[in-house]
Amino acid sequence: MRIANDPNSPRTSRASARTVLVWTIVALVGAAGWAVLALARGEEVSAAWMVAAALGSYAIGYRFYAKFIQYKVLRADRTRATPAERLNNGIDFHPTDRRVLLGHHFAAIAGAGPLVGPVLAAQMGYLPGTIWIVAGVIFAGAVQDMVVLFFSTRRDGRSLGQMAREEIGPVGGAAALLAAFAIMIILLGVLALVIVNALAESPWGTFSIAMTIPIALFMGFYLRVLRPGRVSEVSLIGVALLLFALVSGRWVAQSSWADAFTLAPSTLVIWLVAYGFVASILPVWMLLAPRDYLSTFMKIGTILLLAAGVVVTLPTLRMPAVTDFATRGDGPVFAGSLFPFVFITIACGALSGFHALISSGTTPKMIQKETQVRLIGYGSMLMESSVAVMALIAASVIDPGLYFAMNAPAGVIGDTVQNASQVVTGWGYSISPDALAEAARQVEESSLLSRTGGAPTLAVGVSEIFSQVTGDGMRAFWYHFAIMFEALFILTALDAGTRVGRFMLQDTLGNVYRPFRNVSWKPGLVVTSGIVCALWGYFLWVGVHEPLGGINQLFPVFGISNQLLAAVALTVCTTLLVKSGRLKWAWITGVPLAWDATVTLTASWQKVFSDDPRVGFFKQREIYQDAIGRGEVIAPAKTMDDMHTVVTNSTVDGVLTAVLALLIVVVIADAARVCVRHVRRPALSTLSESPYVESKIVAPAGLRATREEREEAARDAVGAGQGG
Amino acid sequence: MRSALVRAARRTAEGVRWYMRELTGESAYDRYTAHVRAHDPEAPVPSRREFERARTDRQDSDPRQGFRCC
Repeated sequence: MRIANDPNSPRTSRASARTVLVWTIVALVGAAGWAVLALARGEEVSAAWMVAAALGSYAIGYRFYAKFIQYKVLRADRTRATPAERLNNGIDFHPTDRRVLLGHHFAAIAGAGPLVGPVLAAQMGYLPGTIWIVAGVIFAGAVQDMVVLFFSTRRDGRSLGQMAREEIGPVGGAAALLAAFAIMIILLGVLALVIVNALAESPWGTFSIAMTIPIALFMGFYLRVLRPGRVSEVSLIGVALLLFALVSGRWVAQSSWADAFTLAPSTLVIWLVAYGFVASILPVWMLLAPRDYLSTFMKIGTILLLAAGVVVTLPTLRMPAVTDFATRGDGPVFAGSLFPFVFITIACGALSGFHALISSGTTPKMIQKETQVRLIGYGSMLMESSVAVMALIAASVIDPGLYFAMNAPAGVIGDTVQNASQVVTGWGYSISPDALAEAARQVEESSLLSRTGGAPTLAVGVSEIFSQVTGDGMRAFWYHFAIMFEALFILTALDAGTRVGRFMLQDTLGNVYRPFRNVSWKPGLVVTSGIVCALWGYFLWVGVHEPLGGINQLFPVFGISNQLLAAVALTVCTTLLVKSGRLKWAWITGVPLAWDATVTLTASWQKVFSDDPRVGFFKQREIYQDAIGRGEVIAPAKTMDDMHTVVTNSTVDGVLTAVLALLIVVVIADAARVCVRHVRRPALSTLSESPYVESKIVAPAGLRATREEREEAARDAVGAGQGG
Repeated sequence: MRSALVRAARRTAEGVRWYMRELTGESAYDRYTAHVRAHDPEAPVPSRREFERARTDRQDSDPRQGFRCC
């Protein structure tokens, strides 16, 4: 049936028989994938089924659920001009082709996050992670990105923080801002820890990453002085130099220079913090901008390569569907049981609060049509989710014994292959000491034991998949290629993240001492950059020296903080749905919010109050504190200093987790107050939406233009021709 | 037949080039000058060098421009 007088409703005449047939097949493919994944036990399953389950579900979510949200819930209006059209200044506000914007938005949201979380969550088997990644993105993550994008577009591209302040109030807004700052610091600390674990004692990796600095400086000089704006050519030169640096890393590792690039974790910490500080006070054109071009090229290239690799080789999943750690909650990678910890470990890829910062701000200033939020917001997030699925596949194709030996802290498995083999075999994943040593030799690393953080495991998985195509001779190259690719954008994130954290700090300190407000005031710049680097540097240092394993302790805090940011974003969305007269549809973001808040607050609760010392920070503190009182040293601590380190770190982590959870409760409570007030007395609430202006642009909503859209575009071109 | 293939290949190459220029922001200067001159063909525009410098320096004053996620 056709809804009369509504130009926005897409053609809803009865679906053709062909359409019904196509979507039935898509549904069957997805269902077959899920059936095989869920029912196969004790036999090896091909990754093809995981790909089928994910892609089939994405297609249905995109075609039906996202379309329903766009037209029925948000009532996206294609006749309404977007900020890009109304405020077009040819620079940051300009209507951008939807396919280009899709690339832009995807490149901005995809980073190391979706590659790390799924790898760690694989300790519970591939099935829980797959279900959460796919169901989470369809019902929560992609919905969040799309709804934030829509509301920010209606508000001239306001940022999430501004929307929280305007729509909820100063208390909720301030709590959201403080939470965002804390989250940024923890994020940077944990990401830096991931690269320290990947580069420590690895001259090949360290050399090739170090080389990215002179390469970026050269590119920056080229763009600034030699040929301004020629980004494509300089990026191609940069990528070529990067690949050369990667190849030459092997020569360096085999030469007498190797010692200079074989760095202990604590040395790398100092280098990284120093790099973060210097990079963030240099002008953007020198290091950040060229590095960003480089990492974007590498990111898109590698993701396409990995997708092709997975589809071509269709490797077999060797990790069990569900491991015993899922129910027992005593996994070595991170402690705690499946609920709630899988849902906070996998953030990016299923639901990521950080995306709300991209979906508000940059992208809304470039979108041509409100009706494109499904393609840009929902579509990009589905693409990111498929990256997470690939990371999960990569972690599941390697020998589970090797997986656990790589991801368990040294305190648990010891530092010899014999010891590690014994411990891991005891968990039920038999692997011989020789096999562990051989795996390290194949990728030309001195050891793969306790290379926690996800990046090295992903790199081994990637090298496993790619070497099935290129032969075993390339295995070490692919391993270091994957390490370089992850380290590259983590370094870019350290630089960019420090700048954003500094910006927030400058703004806040500006209230106390005015000159801080001026973002280019040099002393203020140096002081605030220093504070931000010192803060994340602290977490990095702690993570590296943590006797209980830095990733094991810090990753849950990171996961909780990222999901709490998602709670802020979903709260803002739900409040906006209620205030804009869509109360009936508030569940669209309200249900994901309830789920996210339940999961995250449960996780916070357990991290703070659990009686299990592996999970609860304060229980852990108590046990170690009591032992110190008795003068005992308990494993994995080796000395009294280690004991004190554990006590300090558990206290900091516990307090931080509790404070973050409280901040979010404040945001949600404040938003609930606003919603209740609106329902009771709508006249009291204000909605800061930009007024309607009619759009003059003609542009399709989806990736492919429909027949009506092509006809409309043709009419518009003829009309313009006659008019001009 | 042959010329149809050549045409298709040329169209694809042009499409790829267009997409690259748009995605990397290489076309930003052309877009800006076109925007400024759309209303007033005589309007003064910065040189490419000046424009590109100003464009990168904007990010210095607000690092949230072009921020990327983890």
